[in-house]
Formats: sequence, C-alpha cells, structure tokens
Amino acid sequence: MDTKIVKSEGLVCEYITRDEEGNVESIKKALDGVDVDINPGEFVAILGHNGSGKSTFAKHLNAILTPSEGTVWIDGKDTKDPSYLWDIRQTAGMVFQNPDNQIIGSVVEEDVGFGPENMGVPTEEIWERVDESLTAVKMQKFRTHSPNKLSGGQKQRVAIAGVVAMHPQCIVLDEPTAMLDPNGRKDVIRTARALNQVEKITIILITHYMEEVIYADKVIVMDKGKIVMQGTPKEIFSRVEELKEHRLDVPQATLLAEELRKEGVPLSRGILTKEELVKELCQL
Amino acid sequence: MSIIVNHLCHVYGADTSQPVKALDDVSFEIKDGQFIGLIGHTGSGKSTLIQHLNGLMKATSGEIYYNGKDIYDKDYKLKDLRSKVGLVFQYPEHQLFEVTVFKDVCFGPLNQGYSQKDAELRAFHALRMVGFPEEMYYRSPFDLSGGQKRRVAIAGVLAMRPEVMILDEPTAGLDPKGRDEILDQIARLHKEYNMTTILVSHSMEDVAKYVERLIVMNGGKVMFDDVPREVFKHYTELEEMGLAAPEVTYILNDLKKSGIDIDTTAITVDEAAKEITRALRAANKIR
Repeated sequence: MDTKIVKSEGLVCEYITRDEEGNVESIKKALDGVDVDINPGEFVAILGHNGSGKSTFAKHLNAILTPSEGTVWIDGKDTKDPSYLWDIRQTAGMVFQNPDNQIIGSVVEEDVGFGPENMGVPTEEIWERVDESLTAVKMQKFRTHSPNKLSGGQKQRVAIAGVVAMHPQCIVLDEPTAMLDPNGRKDVIRTARALNQVEKITIILITHYMEEVIYADKVIVMDKGKIVMQGTPKEIFSRVEELKEHRLDVPQATLLAEELRKEGVPLSRGILTKEELVKELCQL
Repeated sequence: MSIIVNHLCHVYGADTSQPVKALDDVSFEIKDGQFIGLIGHTGSGKSTLIQHLNGLMKATSGEIYYNGKDIYDKDYKLKDLRSKVGLVFQYPEHQLFEVTVFKDVCFGPLNQGYSQKDAELRAFHALRMVGFPEEMYYRSPFDLSGGQKRRVAIAGVLAMRPEVMILDEPTAGLDPKGRDEILDQIARLHKEYNMTTILVSHSMEDVAKYVERLIVMNGGKVMFDDVPREVFKHYTELEEMGLAAPEVTYILNDLKKSGIDIDTTAITVDEAAKEITRALRAANKIR
C-alpha cells in the first residue's frame, strides 16, 4: 500500500498556561486523540467551529507545532524528528487566513520566488518555477505588479503561488477565504481545485463556508479537538441536525431540499448544489 | 430625526495625477429606527461611505445632515456626532486592549467624559445588551473565543449609547453558529432599543434574512436602494457588479425557466420552501 501523505495516530496537543513563577495554571487539550489518513491526491475539507482545533491540527502538518502525545507522519516522516523539518515543510506548504501577513516581496514575482530561493534552487530554475506557479494560479498578468495594489483574492492567489513554487505534494489552506469578498473566494477555491485536479497536489482546506467543501473528496468535522464526523460531502450534509449540534451549517440548497422533504416532496438525501435540486424538482 | 446624505462625493488623491472617485454623487435619507443593509464588492465605496457618516472622513463635495444639522458646519461638534453614530469596524476584536473585559467596555464612556461610576453603569448595561455572561466580566478579553471577543467590541461601542450603529462586516471569520448569534443579537438590539442600524455585509443570505432596506453600491454610486425583495429581482445586474442574489433566488428562477409556474420573489429558505410546495401542489406533482 502507498504511503499516506498525511497520517496521524492518537494526536494530542496541549496548550499549557503558566503563571509568572512558571507554575502550570491550566492545561487545555486543543487536540484530543486525532487519527487521520489522507491519501496522495485527495481533496480534504476540514470543518469545525471557532476553537474546535482545526487550525491547531493544520499547524501540526508542517511541524509548526509538534504533538504533545501521538505521532504525525508527513509522507512517512515523523514530524517530531528535527532532521526531517525541512523535508516536511517542503512537502506540506501552508496558506494562512490573512493575505497581508504572508506577502513579503515588493513585486509579485519576487514574492513567489522567495520560497525556492530559500531552498537553494538554482536561479534559472527559480524563474521557471515562478512562471509555472503564476500560470497555475492565473496571475501571470500581474507578475511585475506590486502585491499591495492587488485585491484580497489576488493576494491570496499570489500566496498560493509562493507555496506552489516550492513544489509541495500537499497544500494546507487554513481559512484562506475568510477575509475575502464573494468573487475573491470563488477565485481562490477554483485555484485550489485546479491544483488538485491538474497538478494532483493533495489539498487540505480548512473553512467555515459550507459551499466550499461540496467538491471535496472527503470532509472531516472537528469539535472539541476530536474528529466527530467523517465522510463524503453527500454523507456529511445529509446529517443536518448533527451538523447544527457542532455549530455548523449546510449549504442553502441542502437546507431548502431538507425543508421540502419535510413537506413531503420526494427528494433524495444529501443534495448539495442548486443544479442538483432544480434537476430533481423538474423530474417530479 | 434622520441622516440625510446629499450629493456626496469623495475623491482620493485629488491633487495627484491619478485621482480616484470613491464616492460619486451619493444621496439618500436614513429614517430613525431603520435596519439597513449596505452591500457592494471590495472597492465599491462602502467603507468610505460609512466613515463619512460619523465624520471620520470629510467629503470633497456634498453635505450630510444629522438630525437636520449640517455636520460640515463650522460650529458643529464632530465629537458629539461620533458618540451618536457608533461605528464597529471590521475585526473589532483587534481593538480590544484592556486587562479585563469590563475595563475595555468602560473606555468609551470614560473618554466621553463620564465619571467612573457612570461609565461603569453604562459598561454594565452594554454588556447586558449583547448578552455577555456576567461571570466573564473580569476575564482578559484575549482569553475569549472569536464570537465573545466580537460581542465585547460591540458592547464597547454600545456603552457610548449611540443612536445609530454601523457595523462593518460583523460576522467575518466567525463560524456559522457564531454568525447567527451575532446577527440575532444585532436584530434584537435594533428591535428592543429602536436603534438605527446599518449592516455592511458580503452575505446576501444574511441581509435577505435581517434587513428591511438594502443599499447597493458600485463604483462609488448607489445602484439600488429598495427593500431586499425588489433589489434581488435584479440578480443579473447584481452579478455584473460582482455580487449575487441569495442562492434560493437562483433556484426559483431556474425552476421558472424550466416551465414551472412559480413566484420568484422569495428570498429566504423558509419562503422558498413554501412557494415551491405551493407550486408543486398546484401542478399536482405532490399531494
């Protein structure tokens, strides 16, 4: 069997607060026994309310945090082993919520080239990689622009290009669309899907927007540091009540289908998009 | 009592070679106690507009009248206006700074010149208004969850007892439950205290559910100003502006295009569910 790109077993993360003397004041378990298997090339979405442990989990995937207990393997490499640190960070790239915090170059192409340059890639190849990655996120037009003149969605795509240029096998996006307007959100999600389908990069998308996860291969729902639901989007979104208990929502089309089913309209469970709903209603 | 905005224009960089017209001849009137939604894509002029409403920015031309008085009049005290028109910025929790929640909320009224005792009374009342749990008043605001922090930040503005409250995307970054809780809270404040409320939002579903009037901005101009139901009828034009109608509007319109005799004006899930069942029954497709 192939190596899993991401695997965790019994992952526990404790945040310890100490008082001024260094005595332990409280211990909070942000992750409490998380077991995950992600295959190369999968598109996985992670849902969960604020404080459910999603971001803490994401930070374990490129060794920003290391487990208090349990183990995380990225492409078979234990994140606790410091000698793998650089390998792991090249394997799993991260994109964060606020585009302004991740862009450091004064010109788009320089920003994208920063990662590979840091890895010691030869100059010529850096430019090739910058070309490829800007094309992959459809930002080629802006390569000589200043990043601070771009819209939020465009900045976020530059940040993604910066990660792509490091040739990762896996990209972790931690609420990449939370600060964007609807158009920016669409662009970023479209980019993530394209990278997954064309470049076969494993995508792990953390989000609050239910509409963004309907194309994922697998959805993981977290609550109180544990995985509480796992399955295809169809399976997850057919459990409306359970999702609500975890402070989550379902896409509007799913909600409408659910309401209609209660009224006795014979619709199938787990309708996710408006197209599916309209199609089923027209076939009645 | 009202806010009248009259032919308001604002130009950024007027004395440079590339002036940008952020507001272009904007006029409208906001009556007391209205609940208004303000939408527009990034760069449409929403934020520039709301910063004019409490005098943080000064118009290049045009006037604003607050309760009949011209705020650009030489004798007008802008400081008073700022305590009457409360502005809750995006990510307001970034502005929390005090050691306890309670002190943070006291900051506004103390700054307005109220005594410690009055300020505390107002802070207490404001925290009650947003439904913040009493046992957490003396916690550090930095130990709270995202939704709770935001409540404290809103209470900080409420403590100044504004007559008008403007909220710039108050739900950005919150989980769905937190989003509903904050919006319900805002709707409740509007209802109980008859506070004029302006909600800036990117979510059409949210504005459809809560507001009574919707102002749509594009390129610095007011494009639509009507009840949400009427505005969402123009969904193709909204799309051209980089916006959208609520998802149910699309579903209803697609159903109509497929030949089902249906009314397309519903804008919330509940309304749409009722209308679809009615149409299906009328067509004898279900019992």
